Amino acid sequence: MYKEICVKYAPNKDNLIYILHEIQDAHPQHYISAEAVHEISEYLKLPENHIYGVLTFYSMYSTTPRGKNIIRLCESPPCYIKGSANILRKLKSILDVSVGDTTKDGKFTLELCACLGVCGNAPVMMINDDVYGDLSEEKVEDIIDKIRGRN
Amino acid sequence: MSLKHIDLLICCGSGCISAGALKIKERFHEVLREHKATNEVNIIETGCMGPCDYGPVMVIYPEGIFYQHVTPEDVEEIVSEHFIKGRPVTRLMLQNEEKTFSIQKDVPFYQKQIKVALENCGYINPESLDEYIATGGYEALGKVLTEMSPQDVINEMKASGLRGRGGGGFPTYIKWQMVHDNKGAEKYIICNADEGDPGAFMDRSILEGDPHRILEGMMIGAYAMGANMGFFYIRAEYPLAIKRIKMAIAQAKEMGLMGENIFDSGFCFDAEVRTGAGAFVCGEETALIHSIEGERGNPTPKPPYPAVQGLWGMPTVVNNVETFGNIPTIFRKGAKWFASMGTEKSPGTKVFALTGDVRNTGLVEVPMGTTLRELIFDVGGGMIGDHKFKAVQLGGPSGGCLTVEHLDTGVDYESLKERGSMMGSGGVIVMNEEKCMVNVAKFFMDFCVEESCGKCSPCRIGLKQMLAILERITSGFGREGDIEELQRLGESISKLSLCGLGQTAPNPVLSTIRYFRDEYEAHIRDRSCATKVCKDLMHYQIDKDRCIGCSLCARNCPVKCITGSREEKYIIHQVDCIKCGNCYDVCPVKAIEKEPGMHPDTVAHRSELGKAVNRYEDL
Repeated sequence: MYKEICVKYAPNKDNLIYILHEIQDAHPQHYISAEAVHEISEYLKLPENHIYGVLTFYSMYSTTPRGKNIIRLCESPPCYIKGSANILRKLKSILDVSVGDTTKDGKFTLELCACLGVCGNAPVMMINDDVYGDLSEEKVEDIIDKIRGRN
Repeated sequence: MSLKHIDLLICCGSGCISAGALKIKERFHEVLREHKATNEVNIIETGCMGPCDYGPVMVIYPEGIFYQHVTPEDVEEIVSEHFIKGRPVTRLMLQNEEKTFSIQKDVPFYQKQIKVALENCGYINPESLDEYIATGGYEALGKVLTEMSPQDVINEMKASGLRGRGGGGFPTYIKWQMVHDNKGAEKYIICNADEGDPGAFMDRSILEGDPHRILEGMMIGAYAMGANMGFFYIRAEYPLAIKRIKMAIAQAKEMGLMGENIFDSGFCFDAEVRTGAGAFVCGEETALIHSIEGERGNPTPKPPYPAVQGLWGMPTVVNNVETFGNIPTIFRKGAKWFASMGTEKSPGTKVFALTGDVRNTGLVEVPMGTTLRELIFDVGGGMIGDHKFKAVQLGGPSGGCLTVEHLDTGVDYESLKERGSMMGSGGVIVMNEEKCMVNVAKFFMDFCVEESCGKCSPCRIGLKQMLAILERITSGFGREGDIEELQRLGESISKLSLCGLGQTAPNPVLSTIRYFRDEYEAHIRDRSCATKVCKDLMHYQIDKDRCIGCSLCARNCPVKCITGSREEKYIIHQVDCIKCGNCYDVCPVKAIEKEPGMHPDTVAHRSELGKAVNRYEDL
């Protein structure tokens, strides 16, 4: 599976970030396994430690399995000023996880992230590729319930 | 194809999408089908129109009627009343005490704005090359390639006085000239769209709302310096921007506006998109270059500057999105026209992202030199509610805060720098009197500590020390000399750090000390946070006269520190209180008050336990 993704790109070092993105997105648990690193290293002819170096530098990559839906709450100042701390407390309590953890049913991983660039509608969070703005505690509960119902 | 009478422009910027714009668009399609009127109305998805706070917003032409806070339920009324009967829906228009604003250009938010980089944002369909060309797009490129020599282009840029909009304010023509003069087997041009500054979202909006403009700006630059290859480095957090720019590149290639021998001038150009993966420091040009090469995004010392040794060792120019956004207009309308706006040293306009406690959050473009007062109170509509203006943070975590006394300062690179702040990429975070400046400074510091790449020690270790001192101050263990220590550390970190991140990271702390020193002193000496934001430096108190003895507070207290009875009323045992605020929220008669300052019982308790509770003792 990893090989198939790799061969879509030319075996150049500058494609590493792309390959890592695609491998992580394709994995049902949204992470990059040791096996994947090994295959990338063979394909790009780069030492594994270089790949780990890059992989762990960027905050969007994970080396541990994550949930089906990744919640990324913006922790930047404009959101903080508009009350993101309350939203975080709410998310933690309805999902019963702490930051960086995955729910027991494997449906959600809760993460914090840097500015999502939707500051006009702060506080905001991103679930997978969708942005949710003007969050309130009630709204968060609604959104999570809807996603839970869907899958 | 039939002629359509009405153009419905729905803002599909990320802000409006997060407020539900796509659902509204779907609903319009449905309702128009029901009314068999699909041939009458042209529905256009545009980029950001600016006033995110009014979202979802839309404009209806030919009249230019502006609707705000539209919901899917309103669609039926808009179609049947406005489209069919010709009676615009007044209740969806923006209204204030005196007036209803029916037409977009009359809305106060747009009044003082002059749009250059944002010219087409919210006006054209970003996915249509034809619409861009219809507004004069690629005219500038045609003129440059057929009538001007590369040196002419650089001279024109010099005359326009355009300075880098990413934050540094470095004159754009100097970078171009350097690469133009340097010899290299290849030369590269990079568009820096790694917009990481919290509170800034102009790059995203321009890329999403008018991608061809950026591409055109990049190609003009490439021609001037002799580059045949360009890269867009875009944050992975902006999937829509990535999609739109890729689409623009494909369209331009198909149309022959990109590729071999463009406009029969012999100039060839190709561009690719590269994405980041969540690292703030990659906005720094050397870090960005390493990231494109497939390395860790660590910055390297300058010199050598990228203009000499950049991507794969070749001369490279890195320009910001907004910088490129200005270029096509400069060549279409002339450098003189551009230089006539703004101030002498900072010509042109600047896009600002208004956020925080201001009424009209969103994206605005005003001439340089516009005062903060005009920006916040005229364009921004003033503060939300009855709150007072306290401070404004410009330039995100690298900038500094300014206060009431600076409201009449014109915004340009020099005047902000003089006052301890900076332009940055143009994020304007407005704060009301309920915000604690020490807490805000701590928050920014926390951000920088997390985003520091760890390569150089002043930034890696120094910022952590500053954060520890700020934590000590906000948790009530501050001591005499802390302010001076913060200043000393901040100044050395600024001087010694390798890249812009570390050099500017102490700014929020240094500027808040400069303008709100009394708040720091109150936190340290009086153990009191006047805004009641720092939990250790405030306490909750039950007003005996108002307490009705219902016991709701005691039952909701997670640490059981509230005791009493109906007769004796309830009291909070301060030493055990964790300041969760549950009692404050549940009290039916609002008998619980937040008081500034640490309660005397807590002070006594802490001094009794000494080292056992003070984890900052040995720091």
